[in-house]
Order: sequence, then structure tokens, then C-alpha cells
Amino acid sequence: MVAKPGLDGHDRGARIIARAYRDAGFEVVYTGLHQTPEEIVEAAIQEDVDMIGLSSLAGAHKYLFPRVLELLREKGAEDIVVCGGGIFPDEDIEMLKKEGVKEIFTPGSKLEEIVQWVDENVQPR
Amino acid sequence: MMSNIAEKVIAGDVRAVARLIRNIDDGVPEVREALKAIYPHTGSAYVIGITGAPGVGKSTLIDQMITHLRRRNKTVGVLAVDPTSPFSGGAILGDRIRMQRHSMDEGVFIRSMATRGQFGGLTQSTRSAIDVLDAMGKDYIIVETVGVGQDEVDIVKSAHTTVILVIPGMGDDVQAIKAGILEVGDIFVINKADREGADRTQNDLRLMIDMDKKLYAEGMWQPPILKIQAVFDKGVEELIEEIDRHGNHLVKTYGGLHFRGRKDKVRDELTDMVKNRLIEDVINRLNELNGFDAAVDSIVEGKMDPYTACDSILIPILGHFGTT
Repeated sequence: MVAKPGLDGHDRGARIIARAYRDAGFEVVYTGLHQTPEEIVEAAIQEDVDMIGLSSLAGAHKYLFPRVLELLREKGAEDIVVCGGGIFPDEDIEMLKKEGVKEIFTPGSKLEEIVQWVDENVQPR
Repeated sequence: MMSNIAEKVIAGDVRAVARLIRNIDDGVPEVREALKAIYPHTGSAYVIGITGAPGVGKSTLIDQMITHLRRRNKTVGVLAVDPTSPFSGGAILGDRIRMQRHSMDEGVFIRSMATRGQFGGLTQSTRSAIDVLDAMGKDYIIVETVGVGQDEVDIVKSAHTTVILVIPGMGDDVQAIKAGILEVGDIFVINKADREGADRTQNDLRLMIDMDKKLYAEGMWQPPILKIQAVFDKGVEELIEEIDRHGNHLVKTYGGLHFRGRKDKVRDELTDMVKNRLIEDVINRLNELNGFDAAVDSIVEGKMDPYTACDSILIPILGHFGTT
């Protein structure tokens, strides 16, 4: 599932990522803009997804990403892998990974690499 | 494990429902036991099929319908079917975007499904998914499909009421309806009716529906044509009233809403199920036998014609069934 949490209105990147996964043979649920962490987690559970890709370009990732992970744990769905993509300061990447975000992709990441990472690191649950 | 998942589904456990639908989609064989266990708990939901070309506003309409049904304290399940790319096998399932505001409502369960395009199995898996949402206790189940192709038309046959959605000015769209799904439409809806040409589209539809002489027989349902603007919530309440009216018509005609009591419906469902199991079984055995690749080679090498090859593949698996 590709999701855009928070007030960030720029979803070009998220759409391109969704398209890249589709072209690689994935089924991608796209939730659209302005989602709360609660909405994202509920949708992920109803759709029974293997992975959530969170896109953020607006700087609220330090709250939003850990909150998604926390809600997944609360619901007993911590086996859903969470990744992030967007613009992040280096120290935030460390912090997000410590919180449990499996991987972070920043500007310049190649689509093939992002798809390949999932092929290699995410197993169907 | 599967009877356990069935119990959880019947108790309304969202994660169990989500997992069972995934297993149905993936064709996990153990699913059958769970489906057998939930079957006695199905048959009480009202199933609405919404079909129409891409961009006519199906998801937006369903989003509004959910709000109206929730106001009546009814619970709602949605199955949104989107096409799989024939090239990559992947799919972007974006119907949720328009309905996400309902995702925190416990009375609503929304699930996206990809067509995957394998041997007409879509009808079967959608029907099973409807049973799952029915067993979890949803009052209404809305199935959204792009109304193109036999599979899609078959899906709407499992609905009590089928709504066909069009927009003004899509001449070709109406042509497509003419070609096949006119017969399955119980209610026709022109969305975006503020656009130019809505009246004309309504007249065109009326003409085509009226050509179906059967409709004038005593006690037949005559499909209404509504003009709505789903995004502004105009006409949605009227649509739900028409759906109710159609439901009442079904009760009057068949003595109830249960498809289980109707021979035509049960026959359809059982035929599909037998067909799908048979195809699944044959394909599995083909892969085990490796006879298929050998047959392809024989044809390419000019040693065999495809008709003989087909016999040679099917006879060991099906006996005389394969050749008659």
C-alpha cells in the first residue's frame, strides 16, 4: 500500500512509486492524499497488505511514521513492513529506522532499486 | 486453522475477514473448508452491483451511498474490483481514494480486488468474498466493477440490484451497454447530470430499454433512469429508494431475497464452481505431468496436430470426458 500521511499535498512521487510497483507485477492499493496514521493503518488491515510505503515531503515524518508503527503494534499487525520515501535530514533517517521503519528512500533513489529492495526484503505474510 | 478463521469471520473480526479474502484471491485450497463453515451464516446481506466505464464516478457514488446507508444505521461492505495489467500482472487499486473517509467507521469494510485475469476465476472469488462480508454481518454489500467483459457482467449477476452508471455525452459508452449489459441493469443512473447532453443520454437509454419487449409483460420490473450528481450528493437518496423499491419487487416476485431459494441462481453458481474447480484441477495436473510442453514441442515439430494433442492431454486426466 502506498500512502501519504499528513497535510503534504505533493503526491507525484507516490504515484510514480505506485506505478513502478504495478509495472513490476505488484498489486498496489493507493490511499490518496491527507491521510491520518489511523486511516492508513485501518486501510492496511482491511486490505491485508504486506507492506506500507509512506511518502512524506512536508517534514512531519518524525511524528507520522512512528505513529503508524505504534498503531500497527497496537492492532497486532506489526508484521506489516513499513518503508518511507521523501526528503529527510540524515539524523531523522537514523531515528526513523530505530523506531522500526525498515528502509528509507531519498531523492535520487532509482525505481529499480526500490522495487528490488521489496523483492528481496518483504515476504508475503 | 481454517475453521478457526471461519469462527472469527462470523464474529466480525476484521483481520480474519481480510485474511480470508486474501486467501480466496490467492486460491489457497484450504479456503474451501472456511467457506463451507461460513455458508450457513450467509444469505442475509443485500448485494448491490455498481458497474460502468472508468471515470463515470462509481467510487464517488459508492462513497455517498455509504453515508446514506450509515444514516439508516445499516452496515456496509464494499468490494472494489480494478483491472490487472495484462502486461505486468500488477495493478493499482485506487478506488479507496474516494471512500477513505469511511475507513475509521467500524460499520464499513472496504476491500480492493484485482481482476488478475485467470480462467474466469474472478467471478468465483468475488462471489466468495461477498459470502465472507455477508457472514461477517454486513447489511449491504456493494460490488464495484468496470463494466467490460464477460467476467464483469457475471459478477453483477450475483447482485440483487445492478446499477449501471453512465455520464452524458459518452455515445460509445451507451453503445457498449447496448452490446451486452443492458439486460443486467436494474437501475440506470446518469451521473454528472449537470453536464450538457444529460437529457439526450436519458432519451437514448429510455429508447434502448423500451426496445426490450419482455419488460412490458405483467409484473416485470421496468428499469428506472435517474439523473444524479454524486459528487454534490444530488439524487443519491433517490437512488437508494429505487434500490429499496427493486428489493421489494424481488420479494414480491420470488417470495424473498434469498438467492438460495432460486433454482436459476443456484444453478448458475454451482455451474461456475464446478467449471472453475475442473479447470484448476486440470491445469494443476498439466503442470505435474509436463505433458503440455511435450505437446507444444510435437506440434512445433510437425509431428502432431493440435486436436490430437488436446486429446492426448485430456484423456489421461479426464477419461472420455475430455473428448466428448
